[in-house]
Amino acid sequence: MISFYGSEISYFQVITAAVFVVCGPLVGGLIAGFDRKITARMQGRQGPPVLQPFYDVLKLMEKEPATVRGSQDFYIMTSLIFCVITGVFFFGGGNLLMVIFTLTTADILLVLGGFASNSSYSQIGAERELVQLMSTEPMIILLTIGLFLAKGSFGVAEIISGGPVAFPYLAGLFIGVLYIFTIKLRKSPFDLSMSHHMHQELVKGLTTEFSGRTLAAIEMMHWYENVIFLGFIFLFFANGTPLWWVLGIVVCLFLYFVEILIDNTYARMRWQFTLKSAWAVTIIFGGANLLVLYYLHASQLLS
Amino acid sequence: MAYVTKSPWVIHYDGSSCNGCDIEVLACLTPMYDVERFGIINSGNPKHADVLLITGSVNEQNKPVVQQIYDEMLQPKVVVAIGACACTGGVFRECYNIIGGADQAIPVDVYVPGCAARPESIIDGVVKGLAVLAEKREKVAKGETVTEGEQAE
Repeated sequence: MISFYGSEISYFQVITAAVFVVCGPLVGGLIAGFDRKITARMQGRQGPPVLQPFYDVLKLMEKEPATVRGSQDFYIMTSLIFCVITGVFFFGGGNLLMVIFTLTTADILLVLGGFASNSSYSQIGAERELVQLMSTEPMIILLTIGLFLAKGSFGVAEIISGGPVAFPYLAGLFIGVLYIFTIKLRKSPFDLSMSHHMHQELVKGLTTEFSGRTLAAIEMMHWYENVIFLGFIFLFFANGTPLWWVLGIVVCLFLYFVEILIDNTYARMRWQFTLKSAWAVTIIFGGANLLVLYYLHASQLLS
Repeated sequence: MAYVTKSPWVIHYDGSSCNGCDIEVLACLTPMYDVERFGIINSGNPKHADVLLITGSVNEQNKPVVQQIYDEMLQPKVVVAIGACACTGGVFRECYNIIGGADQAIPVDVYVPGCAARPESIIDGVVKGLAVLAEKREKVAKGETVTEGEQAE
């Protein structure tokens, strides 16, 4: 046990956090590779090799460095660091509230990076990224409150290691999280900020003015983020028994497949629809779920 | 290792083409030919692209446009001229406003003949360009300046 500002951290938690830092991009990249392969098969194409996302990032590292404005590289690198810190909090079993704060900071730094250059594509992309952030934040905060009410703790270590399985108590929140999952993965129909394909009217949105290493950093940040969000879905199922751990991972993979299917069958929505629908889902499913949880607490059915 | 040969992202510019070669370039992206097998992605952004596919001859009006796209691309980069017009000016060669093939405006690395060029020969041209890309990558890695205008075919 290590004592850190009054909280006890076990060596196991340090190890899981370190595993995330190393394996996060590997898992995220592999998921992205299978994503591209499955997408290609859905379109009747053979598709690239599964390791293609890694080739892309390594290629970007090889390119000649070029920066439009010095500050933009700083923002993106800091954003990547904050994204890694988020994962360290999450996979180290830390506090969910800290996870939310650092994740939002990472996203805001990405937006600042987009605003740093004067390119209109980049500016529009950054604005849309802010809209996406506005759409998803309320749901994530409601999810945290819901997990606290169901499991009695904000700590990821406590949530996954015991107590009842959260899913039956948080079914409404689960639907809400599924909705914002698409927005957070930046896939169609919500690929507003950095259009999923490069030859569209937005060019590549927020990332238009980035190239080489900085673009590789954005790509890696995206992989880290995806793994963290799959982790959020995993929280609904984990209760410390191996059966539910396996089930949680299977559900994560299945939902990612559904996301790929949605990505391939929907055109991009407008930002107005994204914001309104995300908030509607948050209020209806998330809000109703929280009311039920409060009722269960008041009537002593859930301690 | 030159990973650039495993993930060449292309940008496509139409000079004064009749659109024949353009359509063949786009045909390469369809399930029939599926260039994503080779990691090739069609990009609309010169800053993200490694290969410039140029179709049609270059005229006085779009010469600065072609040059700007070329300048915005980062090393290592390769230019592939697709079709008779982009190679030499083709049937438009004698027109008063045509300056000739793409190589009159920017250094071209690979010439793909044909009117219109077949998708197979376009893919072959890009793959030939990959060897040039690998060479240029070596030079960039060593910190040398890349000399322009090496010709492959």
